[in-house]
Amino acid sequence: MGREGEAVALLMPAFEREHPDIHVEVQELPWKAAHQKLLTAIAGDTTPDVAQLGNTWIAELQALDTLEPLQPWVDRSAVVQPADYFAGIWATNRIGGALYGIPWYVDTRLLFYRKDLLKAAGFDAPPRDWTEWSRQLAALQARAAPNHYAILLPTNEFEQLLSLALQQGEPLLRDGGRYGNFESAGFKRALTFYVDIVKRHEAPLLANTEVPNPWTEFGRGVYAFYFSGPWNIGEFRQRLAPSQQDDWATAPLPGPHGPGAGIASGSSLVIFRHSPRKAQAWLLIEYLSRPQVQQQFYRLLGDMPPRRSAWQGDALRRDPAVQAFRDQLERVKPTPPVPEWERIVTEMQLVAAEAAHGQLTVEQAAAEIDRRADAILAKRRWMLDRAHGQRR
Amino acid sequence: MNRTRTAWLFLTPALLVLGVFFIAPVIGALGLSLTDYDLYALADIHNLRFVGLHNYWDLLQRPLFWSALGNTFYFVAVGVPLSIGASLGTALLLNSPLARMKSFYRAVLFAPVVTTVVAVAVIWRYLFNTKYGLVNYGLAELGVHPVDWLGDPHWAMPTIIAFAVWKNFGYNMIIFLAGLQAIPPELYEAARIDGASAPRQFWHITLPMLKPTMALVMVLTVAGYFQLFAEPYVMTEGGPLQSTVSVLYLMYDDGFKWWNLGVASAVAFMLFGVILAITITMLRLMRRREPA
Repeated sequence: MGREGEAVALLMPAFEREHPDIHVEVQELPWKAAHQKLLTAIAGDTTPDVAQLGNTWIAELQALDTLEPLQPWVDRSAVVQPADYFAGIWATNRIGGALYGIPWYVDTRLLFYRKDLLKAAGFDAPPRDWTEWSRQLAALQARAAPNHYAILLPTNEFEQLLSLALQQGEPLLRDGGRYGNFESAGFKRALTFYVDIVKRHEAPLLANTEVPNPWTEFGRGVYAFYFSGPWNIGEFRQRLAPSQQDDWATAPLPGPHGPGAGIASGSSLVIFRHSPRKAQAWLLIEYLSRPQVQQQFYRLLGDMPPRRSAWQGDALRRDPAVQAFRDQLERVKPTPPVPEWERIVTEMQLVAAEAAHGQLTVEQAAAEIDRRADAILAKRRWMLDRAHGQRR
Repeated sequence: MNRTRTAWLFLTPALLVLGVFFIAPVIGALGLSLTDYDLYALADIHNLRFVGLHNYWDLLQRPLFWSALGNTFYFVAVGVPLSIGASLGTALLLNSPLARMKSFYRAVLFAPVVTTVVAVAVIWRYLFNTKYGLVNYGLAELGVHPVDWLGDPHWAMPTIIAFAVWKNFGYNMIIFLAGLQAIPPELYEAARIDGASAPRQFWHITLPMLKPTMALVMVLTVAGYFQLFAEPYVMTEGGPLQSTVSVLYLMYDDGFKWWNLGVASAVAFMLFGVILAITITMLRLMRRREPA
């Protein structure tokens, strides 16, 4: 999918040389159309053998009963070593105790920051916990020019608030994914922290559709912190002037009390249940899971490998900007593995944006998110109850 | 008898195409709107429940549906008169005997219609950018404070309306132009001899003679504007605070993003009902005003 489709096509000749009897046909899909095309393929029973899946889609495709359980294949494999993978990422592929995907590349959201601006505000290092972060945001905002802000938190992106929410102890859904758990003390703490940043005008009330070029604005110091993912390392290197390259760096997310968790996102490789060529499909997954091949893939695209051993490669080990990601990947957490998750998290952000605009209090917003999540999960509850009834 | 059969024979291909590609899907969608068809039902048809009118009932109780309906009505109520006014105004200008380089201006004014929404929306987003946009730059020159066009829930819809009017007025302009050119010049000549001023000529000759054209344009534009989708989809993604979510946008989200095809079908039929009711009312009103 997307650029991965182009890059993986470059890795195929080597695989086909190793296995002359296998010919791999790569079909590229644009990310925007991928989800719909996959569902159409399932409805029409024309699924591929192997596919790349965003790891939040796995629960959905598993609910459609289209994915091959992979634990038996992993048990027999010399290449895929679960212990070598970041635990939070591996966990996103497990649903109800069974394994349905092998992580292919990973990403998590953290802080890009302007070293020079932070230094001018009197701080030598990025924040390690929320208290320090708040202090830095306040100090940066106090020195900021008009229409300049300490941080950019686009009101239509859920990843920022979700990262803060994952840092809390409480799960986001309760009773096995039957109900929302957004009225928990933890989520309310995260939402308060998020809303307060906006209320103190340390972040502008903007959607990302209104920030056409965040990179240049970061370069101009319009934002001192930018909360985003690994692909922006390449963007900043390319778009900022050479003289500015020493002024920015990355930092792991601060948590409520010390280094915090982050989102475990990324893509996984799956085998479809209806594939008649599962053994060959597994060989391909094994090939793409080799640390050397993952390093090659990183050099092609900058997609970060999910295996610790792949991070030993020079390209990754010698790059200071990726170290914060390496550090945070040890602490990433999966989101609840229910097919309805993307819809719930979208509603979460819609309500959170209303709270940020001052139309709802944190209490009201949390209750509203729970109400919407419960409504979205109604069918799931019915399914679970029915399955339970049948078993009895 | 033979003639009737021949007539049916000629009608069959058209009826077949209509039946397979229009009537059958509509009936299918109507059936779908009475179920809770979703992802789980796609996995296993046993997970499908017949829910009667529950989807419709739920929609009526959903605040987002009402605000989407309100946004759509807002868009139609402001957008349609503006759009028709702009079309008629430019058509009159182009039709004026004083106008020079008519075909050039006609092409230029028609150009927005044939441009791609997505590409143009990108440019409009830049024009209306709060900080770097040309529009706010112009306002600043006049001493007006910058407006957060696409980020302020109160301004986003007016901006979308301006975009849609600009994008679409050329189409109706061409229809009006054809209507204007069909008015016999003798009528104006006679009016001039009687000493009628230009506004009176417009009121007593141009408008009545344009009535059939106007009716067509009104019905097409209202029906088209009710189906607002692409403009918010590319300009604001329904935001800020869902202030630009239209009924069709809601249907797209429910159906193709979340795969709740049952709910989405119900939304589609609600919108169909609204458009049908309004079109019928409009046609009735126009017919009543016509002298018998």
